[in-house]
Amino acid sequence: MSREDYEIVIGLEVHSELSTKTKIFCSCPTEFGGKPNTHCCPVCMAMPGTLPVLNEKVVEYAIKAGLATNCKIADVSKNDRKNYFYPDLPKAYQISQYDMPLCEHGYVEIEVNGEKKKIGLTRIHIEEDAGKLNHDDYGRGSLVDLNRAGVPLIEIVSEPDLRSTEEVDLYLKKLKSILEYIEVSDCKMQEGSFRADVNVSVRKKGQKEFGTRIEMKNMSSFKSILRAIDYEAERQIEVIEDGGKINQETLRWDEVSGKTFSMRNKEDAQDYRYFPEPDLVAIRISEEMKENIRKSLPEMPEKRRERYVKEFNLPEYDAKVLTSEKALSDMFEKANNICKNPKTVSNMIMTDIIGYLNAEEIEAKEIPFTAQQLGNLVVLIDKGTISSSIAKKVLQEMFENPREPQKIIEEKGWIQISDEGAIKEVVLKILEANPQSIADFKAGKDRALGFLVGQAMKETKGKANPQMLNKMFLEELKK
Amino acid sequence: MELYELTVHELLEKLDNNEITLEDITKSYIDRINDKEKDVQAFVSISDKEALEKVKTIKERNTKFAGIPIGIKDNICIKNTKTTCSSKMLENFVAPYNATVIEKLNEENMVYLGKLNMDEFAMGASTEYSAFKKTKNPWNLNTVPGGSSGGSAAAVAANLVPWALGSDTGGSIRQPASLCGVVGLKPTYGLVSRYGLVAFASSLDQIGPITKDVQDSAMLLNLITGHDEKDSTSANIEKKDYTKSLRQDVKGLKIGVPKEYFGDGINEEVKKSVKEAIKKYEEMGAIVEECSLGIADESLAVYYIIACAEASSNLGRFDGIRYGYRTKNFTSLKDIYRNSRSEGFGAEVKRRIILGTYVLSSGYYDAYYKKAQKVRTIIRKEFEKLFEKYDVLLTPTSPTVAYEIGSKSNNPLEMYLADLCTVTVNIAGLPGISVPCGVDKAGMPIGMQLIGKHFDEETILRAAYTYEQNAKFRENYKPEFKK
Repeated sequence: MSREDYEIVIGLEVHSELSTKTKIFCSCPTEFGGKPNTHCCPVCMAMPGTLPVLNEKVVEYAIKAGLATNCKIADVSKNDRKNYFYPDLPKAYQISQYDMPLCEHGYVEIEVNGEKKKIGLTRIHIEEDAGKLNHDDYGRGSLVDLNRAGVPLIEIVSEPDLRSTEEVDLYLKKLKSILEYIEVSDCKMQEGSFRADVNVSVRKKGQKEFGTRIEMKNMSSFKSILRAIDYEAERQIEVIEDGGKINQETLRWDEVSGKTFSMRNKEDAQDYRYFPEPDLVAIRISEEMKENIRKSLPEMPEKRRERYVKEFNLPEYDAKVLTSEKALSDMFEKANNICKNPKTVSNMIMTDIIGYLNAEEIEAKEIPFTAQQLGNLVVLIDKGTISSSIAKKVLQEMFENPREPQKIIEEKGWIQISDEGAIKEVVLKILEANPQSIADFKAGKDRALGFLVGQAMKETKGKANPQMLNKMFLEELKK
Repeated sequence: MELYELTVHELLEKLDNNEITLEDITKSYIDRINDKEKDVQAFVSISDKEALEKVKTIKERNTKFAGIPIGIKDNICIKNTKTTCSSKMLENFVAPYNATVIEKLNEENMVYLGKLNMDEFAMGASTEYSAFKKTKNPWNLNTVPGGSSGGSAAAVAANLVPWALGSDTGGSIRQPASLCGVVGLKPTYGLVSRYGLVAFASSLDQIGPITKDVQDSAMLLNLITGHDEKDSTSANIEKKDYTKSLRQDVKGLKIGVPKEYFGDGINEEVKKSVKEAIKKYEEMGAIVEECSLGIADESLAVYYIIACAEASSNLGRFDGIRYGYRTKNFTSLKDIYRNSRSEGFGAEVKRRIILGTYVLSSGYYDAYYKKAQKVRTIIRKEFEKLFEKYDVLLTPTSPTVAYEIGSKSNNPLEMYLADLCTVTVNIAGLPGISVPCGVDKAGMPIGMQLIGKHFDEETILRAAYTYEQNAKFRENYKPEFKK
């Protein structure tokens, strides 16, 4: 048998930091960074005698996420303690949710090879993040930083509905996009605010029962998640093909070697001794509250996509790409509000901006210039102040040293030459230098016109208005 | 009469009449501490100098209790002050913040005489489990003061402080108050903020007053109640003035006496004394009836499962990493945890952590913790039913009077029985007060417990006050510091 005879079964546990201003159980800021142990108070440092108070915004954000992923929202929910010892966990328990999560039984829809597929969500629950350990490079010890301790998280647990790394990729992108759309998380993977643990098993195609699953942790990017799944599926198939058995265990992914290592097996699995958190009262969610949150949900990507096709006459493909990320979609709309030229804005985003993002491996929300500046850039094209080829150069400049496009073209002297006299001068100069082209044109070779315009552009370093050039060459040639 | 012998309301009267100054009061107590503390050993730390300094700065009595001294159980955090919980684990721990009750006392500008001894982390019924010292009962220095707020009760009984704050998880205010012949009140769960009280069992703990009489109890309760945003379990109800319930009036008051608390486990002299108090209530016009609390027998088991389960989790933070005791003997993280906790905690604390860890473990959770929670619901309902019929319930506070130091400390199960009459009140979250009602042949005080409905402290205070005014225990008996 070969790999083709096996099916991979994947389930994901996504942890996403919520973008509330304050922590889940105290009023310390959630802001990333800051000197170690400066965003802390007696509560999140677990001083003896302190008590947690649940941040209501956290409940609201989690319900938002639940509603946006078609979950059933609980009427009554509660917090539980998950007990274990680790230096980054100051209370020696994490306040999480065990048997009564806020949201259950939802799904996220993805499109695989043109077909829609629903990925089931088992649950979404709220919990607190742990602190961070900074290991001394010289082996003198580890230092605890509790700035992140108590930052609110939602854990989104999927059903084992994913069958390939492609589906995992689509699912994660979709989930991230939803969380960004509803503005509950900024999903920055490099800051650890969006991370996933992966459950992987393999089974022979056609087999009903699931294979033994292993859990993988410590993947820090989409790429490494996909790599880890590939590696692990391959490993499991090999073990089974060799007549071996998969043991249920937790593995740690090592990015450098591209391999997984055992963290702990079933036998020494931790007993977290979950029990209801006695310091907090039950969370009651009224129908009214659910309805209010439902009403506050913004327009979701599917709706936007339909609207872009209808309202802006954009091709289906463009609409899909633009709405795939909230940051891009918002930029599109804001820029278009300024220039009222959806097609040009769309083209610039689809080719130039996304091209740049991919090449530099940065995220859409990290684009350094504003949507207003992009809109103004398109206005400059439409007014004929610059050509679209200059616009590409301006955009590049906006990425590298963001400022108003008007300012850039002034500084660089990129303003398009639209003065008839000046254009005529160039046209005459080029004609004089290229008698052969004139002859070619007159002999019916239309290509010669293109060549002449090209020469003129070269002469003006791309600044001449191409339409005017075209027109004037034709006039002169027909004389 | 010396000033330290007076109750707080008597002191206030003298202050109002300009007979004495605030400084006189604090000095009187400091003298008394210097005289008697060596016998009683009630304090973990004494802040006499700070107290005197502070009282000297108070020129005007802007608040009713400005400059009035108080003692605080050493599991309640006072900013920049050691809060040890009488444990080696926190021997050098300085609290970086104030408990909410301390904030409230600070608003009154009260004066702290010191932090009072207790069983380590409030686990015990004799204060023998303090890591630092054994507090003695002022009535007989060879006996225990009860616990876990033994330091608070002994200090009040010995007039080392005019009044004190204690905490009560299963009887830790009422039982030592009973053994020391003073008044101890455990408020309804949620009436007093727990913020800043080092947690033993979160769903059972309450801070409450230990005082010389019922009137002081009502006054101190007034000072510490009120909704607190920092404690989600604190009740958001209107603040009451409990001194208004200090009337001599029990006519028609319906008192239920659960027969289960007069069984074999209760000392005969205790029974006799409490029954006499019952007779007294009848004479004063109350309607007394025997009743039954069917689950009384199960309540100790329920209590020890729930309290230990919560404690095992609450005490996890004492891990030697950020504060508190850290072992010197380690080469790995596991060593730090294991050795810091092995060396930092005493035997009883470890026993309860192990018990609690066990009942929460997978495979045992349903049989112990979950079942205990179910029985807890039944206990609450049984009380509700009784309170449809009665205004208050009356029981002995402790099955015995104070016993000799060392006589039970090696038998934890026998020690657990000390909580027999008090734990159900915590399980159901009800208010309970212990009032002295007599002495045994050896002259050791006996207390009775009055249990009220949720947030009905008024009725038990009124019933206790009426009895106290008629029985005149304080006038008749005084601790003798027998050696």
